[in-house]
Formats: sequence, C-alpha cells, structure tokens
Amino acid sequence: MENKTFYNEVLTDHNLHPGHKHALDDANMILEGVNPSCGDDIFLNLKFEDGVIKDGSFQGDGCAISQASADMMLDLIVGKTKEEALQLADIFLRMIKGEASDDEIDQLEEASVLKDISHMPARVKCAVLGWRTLNEMFKDGK
Amino acid sequence: MNKEQFRQQGIEIRKDFPLFNSADVVYLDNAATSQKPECVIQAERDFYEKSNANPLRGLYALAEKATKEYEDARKTVADFIGAADSSEIIFTRNATEGLNLAAYCLSQIMLKEDDEIVVSIMEHHSNLLPWQQAARRTGAVLKFIECSKDGVITDEAFENAITDKTKIVAMTQISNVLGSKNDIKKYASYCHDRGIVFVADGAQSVPHIPVNVQELGVDFLSFSGHKMFAPMGIGVLYGRKSLLEQMPPFLYGGEMIESVTRESAVYAEVPHKFEAGTVNASGAVALAEAIRYINKTGFDVIQEREDYLTKYAFEKMTAVNGVHIIGSPDASSHHGILSFTLDGVHPHDVASILDADNIGVRAGHHCAQPLLAYLGISSSTRVSLAFYNTCEEIDTFVDSLSQIRRQMGYGE
Repeated sequence: MENKTFYNEVLTDHNLHPGHKHALDDANMILEGVNPSCGDDIFLNLKFEDGVIKDGSFQGDGCAISQASADMMLDLIVGKTKEEALQLADIFLRMIKGEASDDEIDQLEEASVLKDISHMPARVKCAVLGWRTLNEMFKDGK
Repeated sequence: MNKEQFRQQGIEIRKDFPLFNSADVVYLDNAATSQKPECVIQAERDFYEKSNANPLRGLYALAEKATKEYEDARKTVADFIGAADSSEIIFTRNATEGLNLAAYCLSQIMLKEDDEIVVSIMEHHSNLLPWQQAARRTGAVLKFIECSKDGVITDEAFENAITDKTKIVAMTQISNVLGSKNDIKKYASYCHDRGIVFVADGAQSVPHIPVNVQELGVDFLSFSGHKMFAPMGIGVLYGRKSLLEQMPPFLYGGEMIESVTRESAVYAEVPHKFEAGTVNASGAVALAEAIRYINKTGFDVIQEREDYLTKYAFEKMTAVNGVHIIGSPDASSHHGILSFTLDGVHPHDVASILDADNIGVRAGHHCAQPLLAYLGISSSTRVSLAFYNTCEEIDTFVDSLSQIRRQMGYGE
C-alpha cells in the first residue's frame, strides 16, 4: 500500500483543481516539456521581468503526478527571482534522488509530498517534468 | 466445468509456476511477457549443466550433443506450427527481430520504387517500423488497412488497400491493444492469388491459439518465446523455404557460411544462413520445453480458461463506473486483451494505484501509437490474461479499479 500515500489529498487537489493551469497572455517565456514515453506534455508559461518571475502558468496533458507537480511548482516560484527558483528546482530534483536535507525539503512546502516518488522509479520523470522544463528555460543565462 | 472445478484447475496450474510462490503479485501483463513454468527454467539450466558447448561447430561429443539439442528444438518448433520442414524455422531473439529480418531481406529481393507495402493500422511498432524503413530504402510506398473502432478489418477495407503494385502485406494475427483477431488465412489466400507475399505477426496469437502456417498459408510468421512461457531472448521466424533461399543473409559473420575468401563468401543453406554468430541454444531448448508444456496442457484447456477469464473480466470491468473497454463490445473478440480508459484518470495513475495493491498491468501506448491516434486516445491501461490467471485475481483487480476514481478525488 506504500505508494497509495502518493495520491493523497494535496496531490489530487492540485490535479483536479490546478490554480495555474490556464493560458498566460503576457508571458514572455514559454517552453514545452515532454515525456515521450508516457505522453506527458506541458507548456510552461512565465512572465519574467526585472529578474523576477511575476506570473506563471502551465497548459497541457499528462498524469496526475506531472500535472500536480507543475501546479505546486508554480505556487512556489511565482514572485521569486530566477536564482531563488533555480535553487528550489535544485532542491526538488535532489529530493527526488533522496539527496536533500529535511530543512531543504521544508522549503518546497506542498511539493514535498512528492518526496517518496523515488520509490516509484517509473514515475520520477512525471514528477520532475515541470521542474526540468523550468531549469531548461533559464539555462541560457537569461 | 463448474466454477469450483475451474478454481481447482487454476490452483493446480499455478503450482507449475515458481514465481507465483515467491512474488505477491496479481500478474495481468501477459501480453508483455508470460511467467515461466518450472520445467522450462529447468530445461535452460539443464542445457548449461549437461550439454553446454558451442553448437554447430565443435567436433567432439559434447558439442554434438549441444548441436543435437538445438536442432531437435528446431524440429519441435516446426511441428508445433505445422511447418513443412525444420529448415523453415529460424531462431531469432524475439518477434521484433524476425520481422526486421523479413522486412530487410525481403525488401532486397522484391521491392523497387513505387511498389507498395501494406500493413494494418493495428500493428505493433515492431511490424510497422521495419516496413517504414524498407519503404524508405527502396522508394516503395507504405499503405494502411484501416479497421473499425471495434477492431474489425472488413474485406472492403482490406481489398481497398491492395493494388497491382502491392508486393508485401504484413499483418498481426491478434492485436496487442484490441485483442481482435484478423482472418489471416483469408487474407493470405487473397494475396497468394495475386503473387503478394504475406507476413504475419504471431506474437499475441501463437501463445494462445493453435497456429498452423500451412493451414493459414502465410509466407512468414514471427513470434517470441518469452510470451509463450519460454525465456526472454529466443524467438522464431518461420519462412517459406523458396523465399528464404532467395533472400540474402541478414547478419554476417560466424557459422553462416560455406566458405570465405578475402573478397567474398558462399553462405550456408537455410536456416543457418540467417543465424550468424553463436546461437541461443539454451533458449531454443527451453522454448522446445515450453512447447511440450503447452502441448501437455492442451490448447483446448488454455483457450477454455482464457475465454472464460476474458468474459468474466470484461463483464466485471464494464460494470465499474467510468471504465471504457477499447475495441469490440463482445468479450469473445478480445482473446485475453482488455485495454481500457477510466474517466478523468490518466492510465499511468491507474497503473500506479493498482500497483499499490500489487496488481501488475500495462499502461501507455502499447507500442501502437498510430492505432491509438486513430482511436483518438494517447494512452490506455491494459489487462492481459493467461490461462494461469484466476477469477479471484480478477476480483482483486476490479475491487482495486473501482476505488480509483474516488481516490483521485471524484467523490464516489
């Protein structure tokens, strides 16, 4: 029963009622993230000004884990600087590998519910899709 | 047979499969691979413990023993599928390799620009991509036979895809997504009347129904050992001898030649022409044992159990709110394969939640993306049954399935 804890209220609520799943007309950064093997496909839209993520949204299709993870990520990063967002992404990706400290994981707030996904290797790529896309977006040093 | 007898029969059958003693799993992914009976595991072990030498080479008693066991296995396979001659049996790694061999080598002797290759829309990628590549290499055109949403290919759809330019038709006997069975005997006959070569994918049929290549009249039939209780890494390509003899080799190297000079080589006779390098002899021997196991069990028992289980699962699944089985609305057309969607829940989430109850199913596109695109879905969850499954396992699965929507927050 261990992984049933994954589909807890926090996760299913973000999946069924995502706060950030919509178009973002004034986005100035848009990137598609895809997991080809399972068909998860999201567009991450950010309004990035003066070094700060002013607003953000996502669109697309995928499993509950990919959708909820992207929604929780946007809860965290909107209002943050690029550096702060990338720092959170680093913690998230390390958490998935079981390499983040408890203090670090606390910073991820609700996204910390995905901590145990490392026990489900087949689903790791679903959980990291949004975060990986965020990383890629900023990797050109914008 | 009443329900209690059916249950007892299942208990007896499952004793043959060591995995069921050690792993706590409701295994419903048999179209991906089957479990292995003790006799097959022992046969592979026996080869290495008692007969191991490199077959077809050594001039000593042990090597001759290994060769005999390997060639006896070929004869067992030939008899099992009704081939006219053992030399028409080529051992491969799996169905995919056999289809690649057929596509690559056939394309070299019979395809030129503007010729047409025809496949059905319900093919597994392994019976699609080799033909895409053959078309690309030769300038031939790849055409599709469409099916209905129920998984039925009509005579009209078939005949519409065939023209004067058609040289090869490749089609699965049973769809790995829909479970529907194609009448390949009729289609092979239609093709032969027009000089068209017919290639059948038997990966999902050979383990479950009697298949006789001469009765069906197919020119090629490819299937995997691991889906029919044999180990992974051994498969079979049956080919009509007259065609195999015309085809060039697929892989080049050791033990597929008569003689070699600096510039050229004379190749061995079929089937060895197509078996370059050291062969998977233990796999072949274990496949032969799997065939003996199937024969001993009997296709009548296998089919009776699988038909019953399919109907039982179909009826219980369709009663679950939000479940939609893909393909035919008639359980008897599914041959143990029940792909489905669950409203509002992604198939990967369905599979993960079932996994929490130790139920193993497949979720995804099942290596048949063009079919899923045609059906208008990007993925599905698939239950696939074998004769060793039980009604109790299906009950466990359906109980878990019926909790999923509630667990995902749909308030049921």
